[in-house]
Amino acid sequence: MIYFNNVSKNYKDAVALDGVTFTVEPGEFLSIVGHSGAGKTTLVKMILADEFPSGGTVFFESINVHRLKNKELTDLRRRIGVVFQDYKLLPNKTAFENIAFAMEAVGKTEEEIMSDVPHVLELVDLSEKLHHFPHQMSGGEQQRLAIARAIINQPELIIADEPTGSLDPVNTYEIVQILKKINDLGTTVILTTHNRGVIESVDKRVITLENGKVVRDTKHGK
Amino acid sequence: MTTFKRIIKGGFLNFKRSGIISWAAVLVVTITLSVITTIILLQAVLHFSLNQIKDKVDVTIYFTIGASEEKIMTLKSSLEKLPEVATVSYTSAEEALRIFRERHQSDYPTIQALDEIGDNPLGAYLNIKAKEVSQYEDIANFMKSDNSLTPGGESIVDKVNYHQNKLVIDRLNNIIGGAQRLGFILTLLSVIITVIVTFNTIRLTIFIAKEEIGVMRLVGASKMHVRGPFMIEGVIYGVVATMITLVLFLPVTAWLGRSMTNFLGINMYDYYLSSFFQIFAILLLSGIILGVISSWLAIRKYLKK
Repeated sequence: MIYFNNVSKNYKDAVALDGVTFTVEPGEFLSIVGHSGAGKTTLVKMILADEFPSGGTVFFESINVHRLKNKELTDLRRRIGVVFQDYKLLPNKTAFENIAFAMEAVGKTEEEIMSDVPHVLELVDLSEKLHHFPHQMSGGEQQRLAIARAIINQPELIIADEPTGSLDPVNTYEIVQILKKINDLGTTVILTTHNRGVIESVDKRVITLENGKVVRDTKHGK
Repeated sequence: MTTFKRIIKGGFLNFKRSGIISWAAVLVVTITLSVITTIILLQAVLHFSLNQIKDKVDVTIYFTIGASEEKIMTLKSSLEKLPEVATVSYTSAEEALRIFRERHQSDYPTIQALDEIGDNPLGAYLNIKAKEVSQYEDIANFMKSDNSLTPGGESIVDKVNYHQNKLVIDRLNNIIGGAQRLGFILTLLSVIITVIVTFNTIRLTIFIAKEEIGVMRLVGASKMHVRGPFMIEGVIYGVVATMITLVLFLPVTAWLGRSMTNFLGINMYDYYLSSFFQIFAILLLSGIILGVISSWLAIRKYLKK
């Protein structure tokens, strides 16, 4: 589904990615682990064409994502749900509106929004917080809201970039469970983390990055 | 249609929830619009004063005593044919005497002297007003060259006071030209300055939403879907600022009308009310264009990705 072919990325005086090559199959749950600055975030941004490689190619199915024009890029991003460490919710919108915005973006009707939003909020256990703004919610709740937004349009791929980075162990566990549930329902998941505990509780394929290079690729990350 | 409705709703929600930032932007647009309104009012004063001064300038042709009315009328109609001439008014000798008596009615010795002469010592005259102050020269030249002034070789013209007025007319010409140029430069300068300030304020409000814009794009929103609400916000800034400015200038012009009418020569309040809809249209249009274009330009930077 995703093909990294010898991808490199150089910033002015640092190497973020160095000849990265790997493949992600549909339905897979891939964890990418490494220290801060190992290149994890750069790697996932490549898939979203939010960063451009200095060398190599990134394919999403048969699409070279860095060759896309504006409109096509918007279409690609609609097929990918993204979750970030800092949640990236819209601060001026309530929980309901944050998710509704993602649905409006892909042109869903008012009826679909009214019926789907409460449903997905229930899935992440946020039914009570429908009309709360992000700043009125805890970190764990905000991250669950971000996940709800990521899955609302039934994407083929979920990218979770350090989703548990600023959460306590209890919330971390909950987030991992939600991601596993999403993967069980057939969605491909790519998760980055620097937390060994998360890898162990996921117990799926793990790629280890060090200084922008893939140093290990194991089937079960225990 | 749904998209359009959502964009409009989004704009209103943004405006409401941005709170103090929205009002800061409205305030700055209000200042811009106030500058524009002040300029409109100043132009009215300038225009009015200049017109009044222009109106006081004229050229009078005094005819010799006994010049025949027929000849004077021939001259009058040929003057009226000149494109530069606005009006020509004829005052007969009898009329001139009546006006003279009226003006000097309390000046007993003068009236007595007039009575003693018995005859009418005054000649008829033509009063000419040009459309523009600068055109008196042309009219004077015409009168020099036109034969009708000396029909049959004998001049019926006693004197033309153009040459007495020439200095005043020339100076007035310079002042009017200068005032208009200065007014234009000041208008341009203040509009440019306020537009730059407004643009920067709106850019700042959008800078605050920079992160949000990035998130919207990542969620898969189209450029229009991201940009739309910000532009609606720009429209709201313009509309609200227009209302505030219009209301603000009611007491201001009322005060000016009450205490400055003699000084300005024009009642500001009456002028403001009589051109209310024109001012409203100008402000609304400037406000909306300013808000929308500033928003458009400011957001463009964050939409490149």
